Amino acid sequence: MALIDIDGVSKTYALGNDRELTAIDRIALSIREGEFVSIIGPSGCGKSTLLHMIGGFVPCSAGEIRVRGAAIHEPGPDRGIVFQHFALFPWKTVLGNVEYGLAERGVAKAERRRTAQSFIDMVKLNGFENTFPNRLSGGMQQRVAIARMLACEPSILLMDEPFGALDAQTRKIMQEELRELWQRFRKTVVFVTHDVREAVFLSQRVVVMSARPGRIKTIIETGLGPDATRAAIDAKADELWDLLRDEVVRTIAEEGRGL
Amino acid sequence: MSKALRIAIFYLPIFVGLALWELAARASLLNPSLFPSLGETLTAFGRLATKGHLLDHAELSLFRQSSGFFLAAFFGIASGILMAENRRARNILEPLLRATYPLPKSALIPLFMLWLGIGDSAKVAAVFLGCLLPIVLTTFNAARGINKQLVWSAWSLGTPKWLIPWKVVLPAALPEVMSGLRIALALSFTLMVSAEFLIGQRGLGFLIGTLGEDGDYAGMFAAVLAVTIIGFAADRLFVWLNGVLLSWRD
Repeated sequence: MALIDIDGVSKTYALGNDRELTAIDRIALSIREGEFVSIIGPSGCGKSTLLHMIGGFVPCSAGEIRVRGAAIHEPGPDRGIVFQHFALFPWKTVLGNVEYGLAERGVAKAERRRTAQSFIDMVKLNGFENTFPNRLSGGMQQRVAIARMLACEPSILLMDEPFGALDAQTRKIMQEELRELWQRFRKTVVFVTHDVREAVFLSQRVVVMSARPGRIKTIIETGLGPDATRAAIDAKADELWDLLRDEVVRTIAEEGRGL
Repeated sequence: MSKALRIAIFYLPIFVGLALWELAARASLLNPSLFPSLGETLTAFGRLATKGHLLDHAELSLFRQSSGFFLAAFFGIASGILMAENRRARNILEPLLRATYPLPKSALIPLFMLWLGIGDSAKVAAVFLGCLLPIVLTTFNAARGINKQLVWSAWSLGTPKWLIPWKVVLPAALPEVMSGLRIALALSFTLMVSAEFLIGQRGLGFLIGTLGEDGDYAGMFAAVLAVTIIGFAADRLFVWLNGVLLSWRD
């Protein structure tokens, strides 16, 4: 049985004058336990919205999303999320941020501290426990956000363009570290990105979405193992880009028409 | 730069201003009987402090001002956040606030006197109402503008929805809320003096009014000076508190 079932999900927004904007149109997708799935598509195709719906932050207009067979209506401890702009609590230190979810579920102080510390070490931020987020670089802030998510031990990791705000070099390092983490823990990851190579490098399956209204255009299996060569990754990324290119062109053309 | 030097430079303009005041009075730029010098004002300050119950008046004024201010802070922050989180509350409160914002609160003081009597409550009410609106509006704008993903993060990390205003919205909005509070703090002294000036037998505002009527301008200046000193001290205290609460920003 699939871990996540996205079953005919649509999202429409009322625009006034009885007009509607369809952001996402009847998406159906099943994600297996332990799978790393990327969702890629032109900007405005609704890929982030879909992720937010899996998170339970945004309700579906039609269809439903099930996790282990149960329809979801709100966020839950089984699904952790990181956002492109980190969304750390700026008034809390690194430790305070990572401990937050543990405190919310009533973990005793000493254990909370120990668990948070182990995740801080895992993302290589030991020594920064008492630093406030605004003193950290973007890459470090995103590590904190990842530690904060992992500390609650969710079975599903939702990642919303997590490396999109980072510089190219930091992004590369973060991609490698995320892949290592995933190979170690084999959690289910749903990863939204607009970076084709990133999607190929990290995932087992890549879902390509069309320009708005967002539909699934195609799904490709990357078929690349952990020791895939750079050439193999590049070749797969080129193949994926060919699929995506038309959608991006269409999006740009529609933006030009003011739609 | 050493800390002492920085403090000295910060206060320097005040001392320059006081020196200019003294010089202007000695040069008789204005009618000397209507414009007391700094020296005369300080003498009168000493006289009021020792024989004129200046401290009692100040204490009462401070009580009225701080009661009004803290009540306004509490209700202002609470309703600002409520408006940002709840559409129905916003629909009811926002037009009311926007309509009453330009209204000069001091014009209502005589009405408060009629309704609440000439005691403390009318003065506290004047301070409360005058401070309330800037606090509500800054809190509302700040709470409405916070990063939605902070709320989602907390929600996803297990914070129950009803606690999110307290655990996320308030701390995220705090920098702007504090600047609204600082504006209200300055207003609270103005309103306190106006209310006491108009009616009543005690308080610094009353002292300013009655000494002015008696033609004791040095005494009147001394009472004004007392308000200024208290207001300035309150503002410095506020700045310190601001630094403590928002230490995560620097």
